[in-house]
Amino acid sequence: MAKHVLFEIGMEELPARFIDDAELQLREKTAKWLEDLRIAYDSITSFSTPRRLAVRIENIADMQTTIEEEAKGPALTIAKDENGEWTKAAIGFAKGQGKTVEDLVEKEVNGKAYVFVTKRIEGKATNELLPGFKDVITSISFSNNMRWGTNTLRFARPIRWLVALYGNEIVPFEITKVETSNVTYGHRFLGESVTLGDAMDYEKKLKENFVIADAKERKARILEGIDELQNDQFQVSVDQDLLAEVTNLVEYPTVFKGEFEEMFLGLPSEVLIISMKEHQRYFPVKSKEVKLLPSFIGVRNGDDTALETVIRGNEKVLRARLQDAEFFYEEDQKNTIDHHLEKLSRVVFQEKLGTLAEKTERVTDLTERIAENLNLPANMIEDASRAAEISKFDLMTNMVNEFTDLQGVIGEIYALNLGEKEAVAAAIREQYLPTHANGDLPDSEIGAILSVAEKIDTIVGIISVGKIPTGSQDPYALRRQAIGVLRILEAGKWEMKVEDLLQLAYDLYDELEIEKISDYKEKIHEFFKLRASHLLKEAGIEQDVFQAVMDKEMGNFTYAMAKARHLSKKRHEEAFKEKEEALVRILNLADKAENNEINPQAFETDSEKALFEQFELSRKAFSDHDKAHDAVKAFEQLEALADPIHEFFDNNMVMADNMELRNNRLALVAAISSLILDYADLALIEWKQHF
Amino acid sequence: MNIQQMILELQKHWSEQNCILVQAYDTEKGAGTMSPMTLLRSLGPEPWNVAYVEPSRRPDDGRYGDNPNRLYQHHQFQVIMKPSPDNIQELYLESLKKIGIDPLQHDIRFVEDNWENPTLGAAGLGWEVWLDGMEITQFTYFQQIGGLEANPVSVELTYGIERLASYIQDKENVFDLEWTDGVTVRDIFYQPEFEHSTYTFEESDTAMLFELFSMYENEAKRIMEKGLVFPAYDYVLKCSHTFNLLDARGVISVTERTGYITRVRNLARGIAKTYVQERERLGFPMLRKGEEVNG
Repeated sequence: MAKHVLFEIGMEELPARFIDDAELQLREKTAKWLEDLRIAYDSITSFSTPRRLAVRIENIADMQTTIEEEAKGPALTIAKDENGEWTKAAIGFAKGQGKTVEDLVEKEVNGKAYVFVTKRIEGKATNELLPGFKDVITSISFSNNMRWGTNTLRFARPIRWLVALYGNEIVPFEITKVETSNVTYGHRFLGESVTLGDAMDYEKKLKENFVIADAKERKARILEGIDELQNDQFQVSVDQDLLAEVTNLVEYPTVFKGEFEEMFLGLPSEVLIISMKEHQRYFPVKSKEVKLLPSFIGVRNGDDTALETVIRGNEKVLRARLQDAEFFYEEDQKNTIDHHLEKLSRVVFQEKLGTLAEKTERVTDLTERIAENLNLPANMIEDASRAAEISKFDLMTNMVNEFTDLQGVIGEIYALNLGEKEAVAAAIREQYLPTHANGDLPDSEIGAILSVAEKIDTIVGIISVGKIPTGSQDPYALRRQAIGVLRILEAGKWEMKVEDLLQLAYDLYDELEIEKISDYKEKIHEFFKLRASHLLKEAGIEQDVFQAVMDKEMGNFTYAMAKARHLSKKRHEEAFKEKEEALVRILNLADKAENNEINPQAFETDSEKALFEQFELSRKAFSDHDKAHDAVKAFEQLEALADPIHEFFDNNMVMADNMELRNNRLALVAAISSLILDYADLALIEWKQHF
Repeated sequence: MNIQQMILELQKHWSEQNCILVQAYDTEKGAGTMSPMTLLRSLGPEPWNVAYVEPSRRPDDGRYGDNPNRLYQHHQFQVIMKPSPDNIQELYLESLKKIGIDPLQHDIRFVEDNWENPTLGAAGLGWEVWLDGMEITQFTYFQQIGGLEANPVSVELTYGIERLASYIQDKENVFDLEWTDGVTVRDIFYQPEFEHSTYTFEESDTAMLFELFSMYENEAKRIMEKGLVFPAYDYVLKCSHTFNLLDARGVISVTERTGYITRVRNLARGIAKTYVQERERLGFPMLRKGEEVNG
């Protein structure tokens, strides 16, 4: 009967965030290792808890698979002489493979005959190879490693025991002087050490000792425990990231409910939630009306022994945290916005770019310029300007100092408390959106403008002091911010070219004489283009389409995106092939053309007259659709030119001997080409039709 | 169990693990880590096991004795073992039992928390230990000290005495804790808390403090060059505390802040290097016979 193999790495508590990935690595590396070793098996099961990673190989073969391999030798013409005798070359080859010429066979490869030998590689016994698993263990990679004691190995946390079983035999190896055995350990306090006789007993024995080795089962138990406490008026908001973390903070979960004093509900709910979730890893509870309730859900590592003590302890900790938050909240309320703003001049944003107060002034100026450029009504410009002016005041409050993730959120709450308009307050929060590449965008127009101004100032400023992001180095998250700007432009259908938007910032930096911005314009421009190409890629649009639409300029980003989406769809339409050929033919020929005046009287043939007429029609209609940024209709006008173009080329010699005729035809080609290029450089697209 | 008994139990426990019991170091500092008994002794190849109580000053946390949880000066119980023993977690959990914390009656957990002190060029990996959700101990494997790789690795345990006591004595307010029979923390520490807070936030002479910082810094540099590691380090500690006083008063801007931290770090790095050189010159006297210099 085939045997099972079990490897378990016992460690001091692994960071929760490492565990899922480490278990996956262990499983995949094990499979790869067995494949490389040519050892057959039925299945692999993996396990993980904060104190262990384990893998079980079920029904493993007792030998490596024996294989036959063919080795290619010299060509037959070299292997045999004119008499049909084996040459020295053939003998040498056979010998080199551990064989004799008797073993050589002839085979044709691409019409030419060669000699081959077949080699048999005998499989070794599995138990001889298993100690090599040591390398699989030490190859698991973590984002942060440590050393301990006098060891040189770098690993996530110290290794304290190793189980390595083949059937009921111990597979011998050691790592950092820890030797393998058949003994594992249960829950730190509730369990005992367990001698394993059979790998298949692993999870059962551990469960008897208060360890649930299957992470999915732990998660399910937590959800079950939450469900038991839930009802109509008591809804636990289960954040998946937090659930994943809590699952990996315990070996044996027991869910409990704790409470805090109702008076703390006077604090902003964001503060309560962050105190519970981030600091204590509790799940907040809400009523049916989605109001926070003075309760929380925690998960204990263990059974329900003395659960009351544990609950009381947790309540006490949360109370102390909320008291702190309340103290900060009350202290903050004693001060005005101006009081906080005054402090900004003491905080440096970036050495060469000045203090946060100076940054705020720039952002305010930029916000106003953008708002004016977008022709916002005066009252909205005023609100945008006010929002920008006070946009950073909350960074100086006790609350944001304590809960940095709440920047903007606290700003909105305090601004409202202190009598600012709702639109102004909301924009303070929205300036930080999107907080990640796919995050929510600002809802309000003012928020969007402030968010763009804030980000552009950071990007232009930081790059102009020479800190352009490279590789993994992007400490100011400029890439994310540029993506944010572009997404806001597209979603808000901004009537402003990306280039013009950047120019507003350049002008401002020039006027303030902060850095020599002219040296960096091109870099900043390239940086945005690279981000745009990334954004298109995410949307499933190929590089060549990006090049065609945005290489010359990004222009109005909403329109550019619409063009890119349209072309990306068109490129796969069967009927489009002919149209595309016509348009690209014009573009290619236009290289030879000079921009002469077209003389309609000088056309000779019907087909050139017809093309000119269609061009006049298309140009006019295109211009209207182009102004309206209708990517589909504008493109239809180009497509309408395709048939007349084919006719034109079929019936006319463009490079006519008559120079007047030639120049006039070239002038037409050039005019059409420039119309096409107004839309996109279609010659850059590799047309792929999938029929 | 009152605080005095707690300290005695911890001392007894770690003394049984062959730790040298030393007394608190007599220069102001923000944490037990900054005592030369930790910061310098955890450098180099010589084995070192030590335990002590360290009064730790955090001027910025001063609350005039009004806040139930925050103190200008609290107490840490500090343990250093070099190299880190294989059963260190068990030894630590044993120590909790000695002060009346039965793990079966509680939820004790090791939650990832990596420690870094840029001022000292020090970093380590480990956990904060949670007792029913409350952080009671910082548990760290030093990876780097004073900018030098730690080899062998020391493990540092820092117990927050008042935190633990508030749990053991079940008190909401730190000032209600019993230090010893009939004597509370309030009796001993309320007045200094109030006066130090007043001094820190209202009365400190910042011009004098700025001047002191520079004087201490210069003196540290001067004597470090003469290879006088311990006196030089005392002046680094004085720099650090002076900086904390200035910072709490809000007179150091963020740029300046970075500048000051860099100045202290450079001193700490210089001293770390000199310390190892001096020990080497002395032949690493605490290496026991037959022990090899590692790396």
